[in-house]
Amino acid sequence: MILNYSQPLEISNLTSWFDQYLRSNLSEFWTLLIEFVLVGIFLLAAYAVIALILIYAERKITAFFQARLGPNRVGKWGLLQSVADMIKILLKEIIRINRSDRFLFFAAPFFMIVASMLTFGAIPFGKGLQAIDFNIGVLYVTAVSSLGIIGVLLAGWSSNNKYSMIGAMRSGAQFISYELSSGFALMTIVVLAGTMQFSQMIEGQRFCWNIFNGHISSIIAFVIYLISGHAETNRGPFDLPEAESELTAGYHTEYSGLQFGFYYLAEYLNMFIIASIATTVFLGGYLPIQIQGWDAFNGIMGYIPSYVWFFSKTGFLIFLSLWVRWSFPRLRIDQLLNLEWKYLLPINLVNLLLMVILVLTGLTLKNLFGIL
Amino acid sequence: MMEKIKKLILDTVAEAVIEEKQKLTVTVEPKKLHLLVQTLRDNKTHSFDYLVNLTGVDRGEELGVDYLLCSSADLSKEVVLKTGTSDRENPLLYSITDLFETAHFNEREVFALLGIRFINNPDMRKFFLNADWVGYPLRKDYDPNPELNPVSIESKDMVDIAPRILETSDGKLVEEFVNIFEDDDYIINIGPQHPSTHGVMHFRTSLDGEIVKKIDVHSGYIHRGIEKLSESLTYPQILHFTDRLDYLSANINRHALCMCVEKAIDIEVPERAQYIRVIMDELTRIDSHLLAWSAMTHDLGATTAFIYGMREREIILDIFDKTCGGRLIINQNVIGGVMFDIYADFQKDVKAFIPYMRKKLIEYDRFFSHNVIALGRTQGVGFMSKDEAISYAVTGPAGRASDWSCDIRKHIPYSLYNQVEFKEILRKEGDAYARYLNRLDEIEESLHIIEQLIDNIPQGDFCAKTKAIIKLPEGEYYERVEAAKGEFGVFIESRGDKFPYRLKFRSPSMALVSAMPLICQGEKIADLIGIGGSMDYVIPDIDR
Repeated sequence: MILNYSQPLEISNLTSWFDQYLRSNLSEFWTLLIEFVLVGIFLLAAYAVIALILIYAERKITAFFQARLGPNRVGKWGLLQSVADMIKILLKEIIRINRSDRFLFFAAPFFMIVASMLTFGAIPFGKGLQAIDFNIGVLYVTAVSSLGIIGVLLAGWSSNNKYSMIGAMRSGAQFISYELSSGFALMTIVVLAGTMQFSQMIEGQRFCWNIFNGHISSIIAFVIYLISGHAETNRGPFDLPEAESELTAGYHTEYSGLQFGFYYLAEYLNMFIIASIATTVFLGGYLPIQIQGWDAFNGIMGYIPSYVWFFSKTGFLIFLSLWVRWSFPRLRIDQLLNLEWKYLLPINLVNLLLMVILVLTGLTLKNLFGIL
Repeated sequence: MMEKIKKLILDTVAEAVIEEKQKLTVTVEPKKLHLLVQTLRDNKTHSFDYLVNLTGVDRGEELGVDYLLCSSADLSKEVVLKTGTSDRENPLLYSITDLFETAHFNEREVFALLGIRFINNPDMRKFFLNADWVGYPLRKDYDPNPELNPVSIESKDMVDIAPRILETSDGKLVEEFVNIFEDDDYIINIGPQHPSTHGVMHFRTSLDGEIVKKIDVHSGYIHRGIEKLSESLTYPQILHFTDRLDYLSANINRHALCMCVEKAIDIEVPERAQYIRVIMDELTRIDSHLLAWSAMTHDLGATTAFIYGMREREIILDIFDKTCGGRLIINQNVIGGVMFDIYADFQKDVKAFIPYMRKKLIEYDRFFSHNVIALGRTQGVGFMSKDEAISYAVTGPAGRASDWSCDIRKHIPYSLYNQVEFKEILRKEGDAYARYLNRLDEIEESLHIIEQLIDNIPQGDFCAKTKAIIKLPEGEYYERVEAAKGEFGVFIESRGDKFPYRLKFRSPSMALVSAMPLICQGEKIADLIGIGGSMDYVIPDIDR
């Protein structure tokens, strides 16, 4: 069935060797404890590193969109720019705002960062590179990522700033609306895949990605997921909560230093999370491109490690999101809500029904062409 | 025609004094002014329905106001009305705000700078100055001692209460106070420090959710008293101030003042200088429209478009740089001609720029003008009718987007504008999108004008000889030109000295801002910013 290739570059080789080494020397309890701590540290480190890379990539890519050079002073090609920025933001003073609700004001950024960090655990970065493989992975990710809105609302409420307040209210309206769409889009694929577990979902896409398997319905769901996911990350053209030109910086106007850094990090990581969920659900996750029957081709593709596949697919989706962000003007709040409630949601509901029909009548590509 | 107007004036106010100076000048007493203005505005045949300029003057024996009225259908039909009061303690004149909306801010400005209060003006707060400012700067007996008006570092609360003087039906004057906002209004300050007010402008905005209920304009944060400073500087020195009004139309503003002085002392400007001036004016206009386009796209959230506009603007700035060393403020015009001749490759550079800019205009269209979101954000937003545009004296691309033909270059051709062929771009929609498209089309027209001139620059002097000290003969001089943002005007009252007795600049941006509360009412707060971008005002032009 599933072809077993020699994959010398897979990190899972290393991790399973390490696991066996620990188990042979320590009791079960200590093994698990050490592994838990290590996984936590790795996830936190990855969280920061991915954010730094994304910030650099965005600045460089936008610069080329905009006929500029982008960062080019710190290090070769400005590679160290985002590291320098990180150090700067760590050293900055955290300003206390008069007459703000101190406790909520400090708590707000944590909601934001914790929400995006929690999703991190459930994302399969590569073969065997997933902290927890829930049997309800899709549900978990949807639920946890929507916690972030609490941070935004609290920030707007506690800042004692009218701009922040308007930004937070917009954010609330926007987030709740688009959560519906992205949820339904994922649900469409759950119908197709017949599981909510990420690992099973990926394995099912070995020879036919979900986006192809459900053809029309899948593609509609994919596009809707990209739009609503983009809207959930509060990035242009849906960046109304921040809306630099009217609300200066929206809900995080009053934040400085590391607290602002939390919002900043979370924004980039959310972009990554949305892209990686889309990759996992629609584009076969960490699986290489495989075509049934072409064994030599499949073998060559299989030599490329799974995490490279994952990050390149995710990177492509992130590039799409940057492209959109830097090309379009901003929507207005009523237009934004119209788009969701009048267009995306009805289309989504019909699409879900269509997918159910496709699956029940056996009109998916896998059934039609007998792909495994 | 002139006789008919005179007759009409004398029929309305028998004791009016009519003089024929540079313009037809009528002096009336304050009580009769409102009636005369109303008659002039409402008569069918020669309707003077556009208030160009409202200037307060301290005439020594009296404090007066000059009104320059003209017909909105034919801007070259002008009449100047004068009135004044000899009461320096409590000077009161009658407001014409009910006839011309643009008079509102202008009258408030006159109150701040000369202390004249206007009866029946609905909101008689000082414009530009704080309510507690001591003295009236444009009066000749003003005491500029800094101790009288110390710089305060105390934070002050905004007071949203406006005094006003009303005349009751039985002729009594009542002083009263009105609240600008309702008690439970949700008010946010857009400005003075805000990324999208295009300068230090302050809109106090009351909101109903996302919807703008009312805007109260506060201005004067960077008021420099240029008009006051000018009264103690010679004409060549004053030239430098013009560049610092609307810095994007720097060259055009300076052209206006130069022409005003040149006409007053009868200097013939060499043909070559005229060509250089007009080419530079049109390049300035393109530069200004490009920046307006960029800033508007940025206001709507498209940062990339913003940078594209800047990229093209850079080429114009380079041409300026090579011509005279300046980029934004180019100090090119002087009285009698231009300061520097053009450089050897000037024609080559400009000719290379024309096809490049045309290509980029197509790119702008493809990138932004037909974008669904951009259309949704600008079409039908911030509507201004033609009558409103005239009443608020909104000229320039914004006025023409409301179908008001108000291009001074067409109506009162100055310099070479009667020798070149160009279209006046008019649109009927009157919304933000029409104003947006008007600017892009005007770039094309400006390119067309440059195209006609660039190959024909005649040889010869680039500057006429002038006397070392320039003295204007006694009199009043007006000059009106078409700056990038609308009609720019210069008014000089000279008493035969080397300094002007009173100098006033008519600022197009002030009219644009005065219309903001009207066209933004009921729109979303995000549109307030977009409409601001489409009006394209520049604050130093208001805070003169």
